[in-house]
Formats: sequence, C-alpha cells, structure tokens
Amino acid sequence: MSTIVYQKPEGLTDVRMHYCPGCGHGIVHRLIAECISELGETENTIICAPVGCAVFIPKYFTYDSIQCAHGRAPATATGIKRVHPDKIVLTYQGDGDLASIGTAEIIHAAARGEKFTTIFINNGIYGMTGGQMAPTTLPGMRSTTSQEGRDPHINGNPIRVCEMLATLTGPAYIERVAVDSPAHVIQTKKAIKKALTMQQEGKGFTFVEVVSSCPTNWGLSATKAMEFVKEKMIPYYPLGVFKDMEKEGE
Amino acid sequence: MAKFTVTFNGKECKGCELCVVSCPKGIIALNPELTNDAGYHPASITAENMENCIGCQSCVRMCPDSIITIVKND
Amino acid sequence: MAKVIMKGNEAIAKAAILAGCRYFMGYPITPQNEVPEYFSRELPLVGGTFVQAESEVAAINMVYGAGAAGARAMTSSSSPGIALKQEGIGYCVKGEIPCVVVSMMRGGPGLGTIQPSQSDYLQATRGGSNGDYHIPVLAPGSVQEAVDFVKESFEIAECYRTPVMVLCDGLIGQMMEPVELDHEPTKREKVDLSTWALGHSPKGKTNTIINLDIDAPNCERENFRFFEEKYPAIEKNEVRWEEFMMEDAEYAFVSYGTTARIIKNAVKALRAEGMKIGLVRPQTLWPFPQKPFENKKIKKWIVGEMNMGQMVPDVQLACGKKEDVLFYGRTGGMIPTPEEYIDFAKKELGGAK
Repeated sequence: MSTIVYQKPEGLTDVRMHYCPGCGHGIVHRLIAECISELGETENTIICAPVGCAVFIPKYFTYDSIQCAHGRAPATATGIKRVHPDKIVLTYQGDGDLASIGTAEIIHAAARGEKFTTIFINNGIYGMTGGQMAPTTLPGMRSTTSQEGRDPHINGNPIRVCEMLATLTGPAYIERVAVDSPAHVIQTKKAIKKALTMQQEGKGFTFVEVVSSCPTNWGLSATKAMEFVKEKMIPYYPLGVFKDMEKEGE
Repeated sequence: MAKFTVTFNGKECKGCELCVVSCPKGIIALNPELTNDAGYHPASITAENMENCIGCQSCVRMCPDSIITIVKND
Repeated sequence: MAKVIMKGNEAIAKAAILAGCRYFMGYPITPQNEVPEYFSRELPLVGGTFVQAESEVAAINMVYGAGAAGARAMTSSSSPGIALKQEGIGYCVKGEIPCVVVSMMRGGPGLGTIQPSQSDYLQATRGGSNGDYHIPVLAPGSVQEAVDFVKESFEIAECYRTPVMVLCDGLIGQMMEPVELDHEPTKREKVDLSTWALGHSPKGKTNTIINLDIDAPNCERENFRFFEEKYPAIEKNEVRWEEFMMEDAEYAFVSYGTTARIIKNAVKALRAEGMKIGLVRPQTLWPFPQKPFENKKIKKWIVGEMNMGQMVPDVQLACGKKEDVLFYGRTGGMIPTPEEYIDFAKKELGGAK
C-alpha cells in the first residue's frame, strides 16, 4: 500500500506553463494553489493577472480570472472585491507592473485597506518584454536598457516596496520572502497562507513580495539565477515581516 | 523496496535542475538518454538511488512546473 | 410623479442610482464634481459603494473590475480626465464589460478651460483608445434627457456588453431644470451573468475576462464579430435623433446638446421671418443618424457646435454633398448666442425666403 505524499495541487490547470525553465513564477503559482486549496477556497477565488510574464495566469488557474491593464490590477481588484466581499480576490503582479507603472494603484489600494491580497514577484527586471531595467533592477545589474549595468546617477536606485507600503496604516500584513531555496519556499508558502487567511477574516490589505529569479533575462542558468537571488537580491531586499496587524494589536 | 517513490513527468520537465541542486541526498540527475519533445533532458532518479530518498520534498518545493509526485511505500 | 428641480450633475447621479447602479468610482474634475459628491452621500444609503480613486485611470479600472464582477458600475469625468480613461475604456471594450462613462465636456485642448464645450466629439465617437472599436455615445440636450439617457445607457451597456458614454457639455451638468425621475428605460434582453461574469461562474466552471488575445487569428475573429454582429445591432436598434421644424424645411441646422437648444431659438426667429429652416439633433453621436440626411429637399446644412467643426465630416458623409455643409461654432469655453446663428444663416443663405 502507498500513500501520496505530494502531487500537483487542485486549482492549477493541466496547461503547460510557458515560463522559462527554473523561473520562480511556477513555484509561486503552485504555492498559491496549495494555500487556496488548504483554505477550501478553490471554488471561491478570483485572480487578477498583470501585464507581464504572468499575463497568461487565466490559463494556469481554475479560478475566475481577469487580465488587467498594466499596473492597474489593484484598482480592478478593488472593484471586484467591493462587489464580491465574500470571494477571495488576488492580484498577481510583477515588478514592472506594480513597482513602475502601477505604483499609484498599489499605494492607494494599500492605503484604503482594500481587503484583497497582492502577490508581488520581484525579479529585478522586465521579463515578458525581453529584459529591460525595472525599478527593482539592482545597481550595476545589466539589462537591455542598462547595458553597462544600472547606474544610480542616471537611473536612480531600486525601490523597496514592502518598506514603502509599511509606512501606510491601511495594510494588515506585509512580508517579503524568496523562492531561492526549499527553506525559503516553505516560508513563502507560510506568508501566502497567512495573507489569504487574513483576507478570509476581512482583516484588510495583505501583501507578499516574493524575491524571485529571471534566468533568461539575467543571462544565467536556472540554478545560477537562484544563487544570484541569494547573494545579490536578498541582501538588497531583506526578507521578513514589515507589518502585521495581528502583532501590533491594532 | 525504497521507502519513497519519486516520479517525474518527463514530458513536461524543462530540465532546470532546481530539484537536482536542492536534493539533500544528491540523488536527482537529468537523464542524458532521454530527451522530451521540448528538447530537454528530464530529471529522474535511478532505481538504486531511489533507496536513498528520505521524502523531504525539497524537490517538489523547488519545481516550478509541478511535475514531481512523491509516494510513500508503507 | 411630480417634477423635481435638480442640478444636472446630481440628476445624472440620481438617475444612475434609480437605474440600479450601486458602484461609482470617480475623481474630482470641474465641471462634473457634483456627480461624485452626490454619489458619495447617496450610494451608502442604498447599500452601494462609492470609491474616490487616486486618478481617473484607477477609477475606470475599478469600474472594469466591478463591471466584470457583474455589477452596474459607473464613472464620470471631464475632457482631460476622459483622455486618461481611454485605455481603461478600451479594456472594457475588449473584455466586453458593461459600464457607463459620463463625460462632462469642458474647453480644451490641454487643461483648457472649465467652461462648457463640445470639443470632445471626436474623442468620444472616434475613440481615444487603441484598436478597431466603437462605443455608443448618447448626447442629452437637457437635464431631463441626461436622466433618461443615463438609465438607457445601463440597459444598452448590458444588452450589448459594452461601455456606453453619456456625453454632455458642462452646461448640462451645471444648470438646474425640473426633471421627471420615474421614466423607466426600455428593458432590453441581457446575457446571463453566469455565462461570463466573475464570481458568477457555475460550480466547476470558470469565467474569465480575457484582454490579451495573443493568437492573432482569434483576435481578428473577435474584431470581425464586433463589426459584423455587435455594432450593426447597436446601429439598427439604438440610433436616435430629433427633427425640429423639418417637415417643409429647405435648410437645416445640425447640432446636439446645449448648442441645439440655442439653435432652436434661431430656427424659431428665422421661421418668423419666413425662412424654411429646421434642425436635426442627433441624440446618439455613435451610432450617427444617417436617415435624416437622406432628405433631398435640404439645400444647405449648417452644423453648429461648441468646437471647431468636429461633427462636420459626419454630416458631409451622411448627406453626401460636401459643399452643402456649412459650419459655425464657438470654442474654448465660449457659448454662442441665437443671434450669431440667425446672422450666420441670413448671411450664408442670402436671406433666402
């Protein structure tokens, strides 16, 4: 007799994901599906897709879903959650979508304490469009629009979104995690599950930033890219909880 | 009989090797004899290496494409 | 029900609530500020939701979400704000999301002025967003029509699953007039929410609002469907206009909104002097009414707008005789007087009797 220890969770479709080999998106998609399933919300979730590599999310999840305008997912999710307060509503956004064109939308949704959850994938680059510099690209990091490496004197310095949003009163939970190692993936799952649980309890706006990799546009192998996350990304984007309404007894 | 059986959906594996480097027992490797339709050598564990699997699930945690299944053989 | 004196902007918001709109997302911009203000006070009283968005861009994208979730949602703005909303309107078009966008026009271009104008005719009817598309555009000529057209627009939006624009000049928003609030809009057939709306999918089924149609043949098929099925149906069923003193007319003004009311005074005055002149007033700017321009008795058409002649090409196309279409208008927030149109008609039509 044998018992299943692990298999692909419900909530993911059978469609083969288009993400590059070793891309962090696939890991986070799976963690979302696991958490939603464990919370019994697989039939009760709506996910908002960004413009970016994850624009094809509707093909990968069995949840109701909508493709939003670039950067505007937090506004669209605001509309959806206000109409369906009983549904779990998620936005899934990359760093171009959220930290560049969509900064106003994420800041104001957080400030209003909109009761949905945002999963923010920070891989320091624009993936879908072929590797341009993003607001999260590290100083010195090459991209197709910082070909000699990002120069802070010209292109400024990267934005730490968690710290920025943590100054607001609206958010109930903000944590930054990473997917470069099994231990960090376990922590990422815990963070996503906590954020979704707090949404279930209507606690307010919950936000998880996932530091991830982009092997293709970083010009590294999948495994080397995860090493880059560990050695270069995480030092600039420290992991941890930046806001937890439940801890602050607010 | 190995305590755990780890199976890889070779057809959909992209050969990224994240499972390979994350396995604490170092028993996963891309199978050079196999090439799937997308041109990747899929990850796999030889029967004899399967004996050393401790069921820690590091591989499934790192797999971006959810192609790994783990079964415990009671 | 007795008539009530209401300010245009507030009457528009009241009409939307009476039509069942429970979600409004907007942003302050003159001359439509009373719309969000009224909603912010009144929507919570009926269990509705008002959100003041951080920008017009966010507001239309909230409406895109609320509409996609199957609710009656609306936003309103004015000229530069409507310019900001164009991408979002385009997403509502592609995602086939019913919603209503009220545009209270002010002088332009750029920040322009805050006084009324009609200089967004092309922005509304030729589409400020990208891609091949149309949206129904209703142009009320009074506060009463604004009330009625807002109610109709929700029905049109849901029947054809499209955004609908109610296009007013700032005067209509700012003036007070007695209105009848109880008119019921014509009920139209609607597609069941469970077949498409988020959060309404039957068990085991998924409703998805796709906006990126990466497969070109499919994207083209969708465009063909819009232009071969959706838009012809709207053109056939939803076009509307008013003809004023056109029965025996040999000349005719063409105008809409407040300018048409000003021109009606000119028509009466010119008629009193024996000129056989009338007015065609499009009430939908898209679909543009073709039929009234098939009237071969009309020797000259005078287009009157508060802009530089944005509707002239549509009239030329409709009547087929470019040289018979004249234009007189004020712009930049200036409002014409009846006398200007009386003098223009006399000058251009040579005191024709």
